[in-house]
Amino acid sequence: MKNVKVLGPGCKRCDALVRMVEEEAAAANIPVAVEKVTDYAEIAQYGVASTPGLVIDGNVVHAGGLPKAENIRQWLAA
Amino acid sequence: MSTPTLQENLPGNESASTVKWVSLTLAAIVLWFVLYSQLIPFSRWLTGLLPIEAGSHLYEAVAFFTYDTPKVIMLLSLIVFLMGIVRSFFSPERTRAILAGKREGVGNVLAACLGIVTPFCSCSAVPLFIGFVSAGVPLGVTFSFLIAAPMVNEVALGLLFGLVGWKIALTYLLFGLGVAIVAGWVIGRLKLEGWLEEWVLNIRSGAADIPDEKLTVIDRIKEGLEAVRDIVGRVWIWIILGIAAGAAIHGYVPADLMARIMGRDEWWTVPAAVVIGIPMYSNAAGIIPVVEALIGKGAALGTVLAFMMSVIALSLPEMIILRKVLTVRLIAVFAGVVGTGILAVGFLFNALF
Repeated sequence: MKNVKVLGPGCKRCDALVRMVEEEAAAANIPVAVEKVTDYAEIAQYGVASTPGLVIDGNVVHAGGLPKAENIRQWLAA
Repeated sequence: MSTPTLQENLPGNESASTVKWVSLTLAAIVLWFVLYSQLIPFSRWLTGLLPIEAGSHLYEAVAFFTYDTPKVIMLLSLIVFLMGIVRSFFSPERTRAILAGKREGVGNVLAACLGIVTPFCSCSAVPLFIGFVSAGVPLGVTFSFLIAAPMVNEVALGLLFGLVGWKIALTYLLFGLGVAIVAGWVIGRLKLEGWLEEWVLNIRSGAADIPDEKLTVIDRIKEGLEAVRDIVGRVWIWIILGIAAGAAIHGYVPADLMARIMGRDEWWTVPAAVVIGIPMYSNAAGIIPVVEALIGKGAALGTVLAFMMSVIALSLPEMIILRKVLTVRLIAVFAGVVGTGILAVGFLFNALF
């Protein structure tokens, strides 16, 4: 089970990233638990300066804008 | 636009599609210039189709509208596209790494300039603020970035360039940067770190080490297109409304009216423009066509610039977002310092030109 966190105050792109992760995980048959982190203090703890941020199993893999779908697949598979 | 370097071990079909994307992009840009050069004949033809007497108020207004609307939207699309490509080379995290530990002064200048090219959306303002401050970017330098990023943006510059000419666009760029640099420096000198919300001061996260995502040439072109879709898709309605308002001013407002109420002889017009501008929340797209029409009717340049800067740079919604990390006192200082800078620009311009 991959533990995925999407960091963002709840703008459109943050929701889009949640959907992308869920779609990629389903397509690759990887079980995930996706959690939205909307609290500013908690987002700040991850050390990102832009949102949406993507954290997989505790590691920040992406920040700012939407990543490419193929990258999400690679991060989930890693 | 940057010249892309192809990776040597690129698979054959990928480099072939890179060539295809690049040539299609260049062809589209050539087509853009051809279309752009035909806009005047197009607007004459279109206006001529309507049963309006040439030279009438309505004719002037319609001719203005049918020429300016396609012109501005085309110019904006090109500039946003090129800016989208430039921005794909920058990120807030990279900018933060450049600014962390920089001295004030140099840091303020750098932060204001990076504010132009770093991708930034207002919903990211709070994470960006905390991310910068907690990673060791001085408060004043962070403010220089936060003032420049919304004020000197590609939409404002593109519209000014298209509607009012390159001289005023360049002036706006330089003075916008100037206000951001000086205001940030002043805020830094005031040593107001203690006026941040307490929880912000307690965050000692440092900067995350985010691995670089390799972007290909095609990815960058796609980012440019995405920027056009996103930004132009969002602001076109404001541009049309703004140009319609501008067209009405062009056709109907007497030429000396604006010179009388927004002329340079009245000292109070600059502060009045700033005070009216702050609560007005409009993006550059809606306000600049109106600004252009006001200048055409004799409004003083400094007054108009001050109005535009305060509408774009000092917005109530942004202050409300920043309230999460700044105390009310610090927001008041921020608005006061930036407002004073804008006032200075307005007075300086009215005195010089």
